[in-house]
Amino acid sequence: MTELGDTNVTAIVCFLVFVSITLVITYWAARRTSTTAAFFAAGGKITAGQNGLALAGDYMSAASFLGIAGLVSMSGFDGLIYSVGWLVGWPVITFLIAEPLRNLGKYTFADVVAYRLRQRPVRIAAASGTLAVVSFYLIAQMVGAGNLIHLMFGLSYRAAVVTVGGVMLLYVLFGGMIATTWVQIIKAVMLLAGAIVLAALVLREVGDPLALFGAARAKYPTALAPGALVSNPVEAVSLGLALMFGTAGLPHILMRFYTVPDAATARRSVFYATGVIGVFYLVTFILGFGASVIVGREVITSVDPGGNMAAPLLAEALGGTVFLGVIAAVAFATILAVVAGLTLSGAAALSHDLWGHVIKRGVFEEADQLRVAKYATIGLAVVAMALGIAFEGQNVAFMVGLAFAIAASANFPALLLSMTWRGFTTAGAVASMVTGMTSALVLITLSPTVWVTLLGHAEPVVPLKNPGIITVPLAFAVGIVVSLLRPEPDAQTGFDAAQERMSLGPR
Amino acid sequence: MDDREALRRLAARRWRVAVVLTTVMIVAYFGFILMIAFAKPTAGTLLAGGDLSVGIVIGACVIALAPVLTGIYVWWTNRHYDAALAELRGRRDERAP
Repeated sequence: MTELGDTNVTAIVCFLVFVSITLVITYWAARRTSTTAAFFAAGGKITAGQNGLALAGDYMSAASFLGIAGLVSMSGFDGLIYSVGWLVGWPVITFLIAEPLRNLGKYTFADVVAYRLRQRPVRIAAASGTLAVVSFYLIAQMVGAGNLIHLMFGLSYRAAVVTVGGVMLLYVLFGGMIATTWVQIIKAVMLLAGAIVLAALVLREVGDPLALFGAARAKYPTALAPGALVSNPVEAVSLGLALMFGTAGLPHILMRFYTVPDAATARRSVFYATGVIGVFYLVTFILGFGASVIVGREVITSVDPGGNMAAPLLAEALGGTVFLGVIAAVAFATILAVVAGLTLSGAAALSHDLWGHVIKRGVFEEADQLRVAKYATIGLAVVAMALGIAFEGQNVAFMVGLAFAIAASANFPALLLSMTWRGFTTAGAVASMVTGMTSALVLITLSPTVWVTLLGHAEPVVPLKNPGIITVPLAFAVGIVVSLLRPEPDAQTGFDAAQERMSLGPR
Repeated sequence: MDDREALRRLAARRWRVAVVLTTVMIVAYFGFILMIAFAKPTAGTLLAGGDLSVGIVIGACVIALAPVLTGIYVWWTNRHYDAALAELRGRRDERAP
């Protein structure tokens, strides 16, 4: 019998230790966070190794840890399809985005898109894309946090949501990017260490990975073969596009490239991140199979029909209540860290893009911007908690997919075109971002996931669960066609200077 | 050849390397997805006495390919890009007002 859901002393102690350590770091970081550059970019003083871990920390959410382990335990091979999809965006960021972004921008990806275009329209569109991605991702994280913590600690849903929002607010408000970075690093190390120890316990029990796969197949004959996840090739490619290019359009990931001193460091940091995330997904694969062999699918679904409790149940089976407590605390810490990163990128869009460049037209006092950034942080934390409570009991799993679809369709095409194409114009950029965002929103609303499952209609208007295969090419096409229809001489003149700076960096 | 032209060529070389590596990643990933979509029996073929399947091996290889490709890129920039770039940057900064 599992003790999951009972008050777990180890979990509470571990979590309190994590929160205490991170709050001490926040106190230390607060004294170094007196400027906007420190608040949003840690003063550009983060090393490649630190940023690599922090990028991995930002990306390895509780959803990917618990969700993929659960998916692998429930459906075997199909879980691997997701792991691969979540990883393949990282090389794309390394090759196409990291260096030009670091050299051209300051705090947000809108800096890059707007560099040689008209500031206000581009900033409004880019900030909207950022805030949409951040909001949907935040809702998914907050609802996940409430459910998880309720399930694992026995704490009430609302108390969990308010705890996550409150602690996150302390990190971001006082410690800015320096504290957030260290929270990500500590969380990444804890998560990786926890997962590796758990995988080692599995392999000690079963033997080697081959014996594990063999045992899984003996218990569930189809575990090693593709199942129902990819039944429609168009759907599969569509999901693939959103995962691959969505990663390269996530504002909280892109923002991390401004925390390092230069483009070469940014490049090295994504290399480390790719390695860490790759190892993490391979380990998660072992955990999923371990859970299906050692715990069993029936027990896992009896606790949570979605399978999300596979890894915690495995921890309990192999390491008892104490290890269950450790893994539960790691999952809690993971959500906290991801939420902090999201909030910081939302605050940057509000205070740097919208307040600084739209309302103040680029003319403002540094101290005022920092104050606006802090108000924005408080506002976002309150909104996150309110949304978390408002969406209690709702199925929000599709919102992560929606966030990736918007990032891939609204942010990525405009970002890539602005860096590579001389003829790109203000109107083209705005049209591309607006089209990408609205088409992703509309198509997901009409999709089987929302239209049928959530709204209860009999037939979906659009058969695709993920709109990437339509919205990503559409955003590129609209950006190109609108730019060609009405060339912008000033933007073309500025291209050479932008190119030079993309390679050499600021003077 | 002036510095501007030298930089243009260097940047173009970096983009070429970046595009080739991106293409390799895209082909590998969508190849994996399409194999699962169109050749399910192949992907499910068992290996190693039933302890492994073709799909698992290929999926693990695609995962391993991601850090390998980024590693190749970092190696290439260390060897062929950064030094030339640093020289051009030094000359630009000397010229700078």
